[in-house]
Amino acid sequence: MVAADSEGPSDPGVRMFRRQRSIPLRGSAAALSNNLSVLQLPVCNLTHFGVVHGPSAQLLSVAPEGVPLAQRQLHAKEGAGVSSPLITQVHWCALPFRVLLVLTSHRGIQMYESDGSVMVYWHALDSRDASPVQAMFARGIASCGHFICVGMWSGRVLVFDIPAKGPNIVLSEELAGHPTSVTDIASEPAQEQDCMADVVTADDSGLLCVWRSGPEFKLLTRIPGFGVPCTSVQLWKGIAAVGYGNGQVRLYETSTGALHVQINAHARAICALDLAPEVGKLLSAAEDTFVHIWKLSKRTESGCTEVEHCHGECVPDTQVCGARFCDPSGSSFAVTGYDLAEILTFSSE
Amino acid sequence: MSVRALPLLFLNLGGEMLYILDQRLRAQNIPGDKARRVLHDIILTMFNKSFIEELLKPQELYSKKALRTIYDRLAHASIMKLNQASMDKLYDLMTMALKYQVLLCPRPKDVLLVTFNHLDTIKGLIQDNPALLHLVDETLRQLIEVYGGLSAGEFQLIRQTLLTFFQDLHIRVSLFLKDKVQNSNGRFVLPVSGPVPWGIEVPGLIRMFDNKGEEVRRVEFPHGGNYVTAPKEGSFEVYGDRVLKLGTNMYSVNRPVETHTSGTSKNLSSQAQQSIAPNPLAKEELNFLAKLMGGMEIKKTSGPEPGFRLNLFTTDEEEEQAALTRPEELSHEVVNIQATQDQQRNQELARIMGEFEVMDQPRWSASKGDDLLAMMDEL
Repeated sequence: MVAADSEGPSDPGVRMFRRQRSIPLRGSAAALSNNLSVLQLPVCNLTHFGVVHGPSAQLLSVAPEGVPLAQRQLHAKEGAGVSSPLITQVHWCALPFRVLLVLTSHRGIQMYESDGSVMVYWHALDSRDASPVQAMFARGIASCGHFICVGMWSGRVLVFDIPAKGPNIVLSEELAGHPTSVTDIASEPAQEQDCMADVVTADDSGLLCVWRSGPEFKLLTRIPGFGVPCTSVQLWKGIAAVGYGNGQVRLYETSTGALHVQINAHARAICALDLAPEVGKLLSAAEDTFVHIWKLSKRTESGCTEVEHCHGECVPDTQVCGARFCDPSGSSFAVTGYDLAEILTFSSE
Repeated sequence: MSVRALPLLFLNLGGEMLYILDQRLRAQNIPGDKARRVLHDIILTMFNKSFIEELLKPQELYSKKALRTIYDRLAHASIMKLNQASMDKLYDLMTMALKYQVLLCPRPKDVLLVTFNHLDTIKGLIQDNPALLHLVDETLRQLIEVYGGLSAGEFQLIRQTLLTFFQDLHIRVSLFLKDKVQNSNGRFVLPVSGPVPWGIEVPGLIRMFDNKGEEVRRVEFPHGGNYVTAPKEGSFEVYGDRVLKLGTNMYSVNRPVETHTSGTSKNLSSQAQQSIAPNPLAKEELNFLAKLMGGMEIKKTSGPEPGFRLNLFTTDEEEEQAALTRPEELSHEVVNIQATQDQQRNQELARIMGEFEVMDQPRWSASKGDDLLAMMDEL
């Protein structure tokens, strides 16, 4: 059901989205934020999808037209503890020479080769850090250059140095900057001279930390929250696009921390944001059953950022928990929902 | 995931149980004094001070089996007995009602208001008993103490934890189907109209600012829903208008409630795996049950008060039929406690079982520990 299309004249070609064939899942999607990862492989005309079910996550590889080819289930590594550990997130990290699949859980961090066939690294959460009043978990995954950053329940961000191949992954740094649990991390390739920031981390209090990556990460800016958790974050041309628990999407200039855009986008908590960076498209999905697509543009003269609404889609009776673009031009996207055992896909082509 | 979800799960499920039992007791024309006795005994057990204390300690959410065992116990805390089929139906109704309430909570923090609604309504059932009222008020105060200071992020985690517990349950409840809050495929309707949650703005506005923070432009966009602003916030005090209706008694209108257990979602493979696989968590769950039920004082039935059987169905034949046709994957197995060599655990269980009033004739033998475990097995 199409919610609404805006009248914007700028991109008439990408306005009408149609429901495509759904991709069945072995297990339903869990009620988490950012619960869909997509790896586009245009060279072999395949798309990989990753969805967390609970104690397991499912990886699917899909041919064009949504034809599922192969699937694999990964489980959280057991450790000390009462019940089966739950996975918090699964995410593909594209690095300069390889792609790794990272899985975070209540026990630790697992890294696999991109098809999930071989685990190349395991990092257990330190039980000495455990607090009796808070659950331990890792959550928030992003790659930046040859680093992979992973957030923790404590607010710390672990930075792993990834070699071009092989399992010699090393914990390079632990970043302190967040007083509460990390929710999401975003990064973008280092831009022109003035855009030094290339990593943004977010937490449950809504605080954002802007970093410059390197052998030692440098904290550049802190953008305070306003009492609402930040659930998802993206980075585009030095602009942090942030989704909050109150349904708002905000865009901040990372070098100054200035608020450029505030959108009352959704009626419930936002669960996912995604970017099609080449075309400046932003996707927001929330627990209110809606997915919205926005066009971002940066006015170099004024330094302002503009946002235009392109498309809204309602996924009836579905508490959306993940959403991603499926191609670089942002003309197709996929959605997961709590309790839904399929990936819904939409395309405007 | 969250270590604060268990009390909310337990108290809300318990509240739903009381609503359903209250309705069935009236529907089955159980004499008023007996019905009152049953409800009072269950409430007394549920809100026992040391039990609540144990419950409120930060801990992980345990398995469905462990929870089900507690409710079996709770339902039999008085002179009332339920057959397996009725207990299954009771538990189905309790879980689907709470799943609906958690899913439809406007804000994650509103799960607390749902809990307060349950407790407020429970207080309505025991107006004539000041001691019981005090117990429930005490629990309210402790909840406010524990949850009052939690952040929005922590409530979001609690909500996600509760939703994980209810994942893949799609039992159709005729009351929900009639009220059109549940679809025929078992999924709940998520409305896109009405008031937005407290603290959220009605969607539809884009505001753009310059580097000095001055608003330079505002544009409206079609957001697709039909929302209005929230009228007011519910009260999180011991007494107050909760505003939210979720968690209030939907059975107060005397309508028969049926569940459809056939034709539920085919994606029960994960559920089935959970109940068929041997329970490797028996030790930890046993520990949990021991601790929790250790604080659960079961009132001893004094005098010649005869017990009675409550039927959740309209006839005995219906109840028998339901027992025969219940799909395998929905069998709510109770924790199968394997005999353990652990001396300490045996002693702990012995202490607990000593406090329980067992309705059936107990089989005593020389080895008390083994027999107590065997009795628990019979649950």
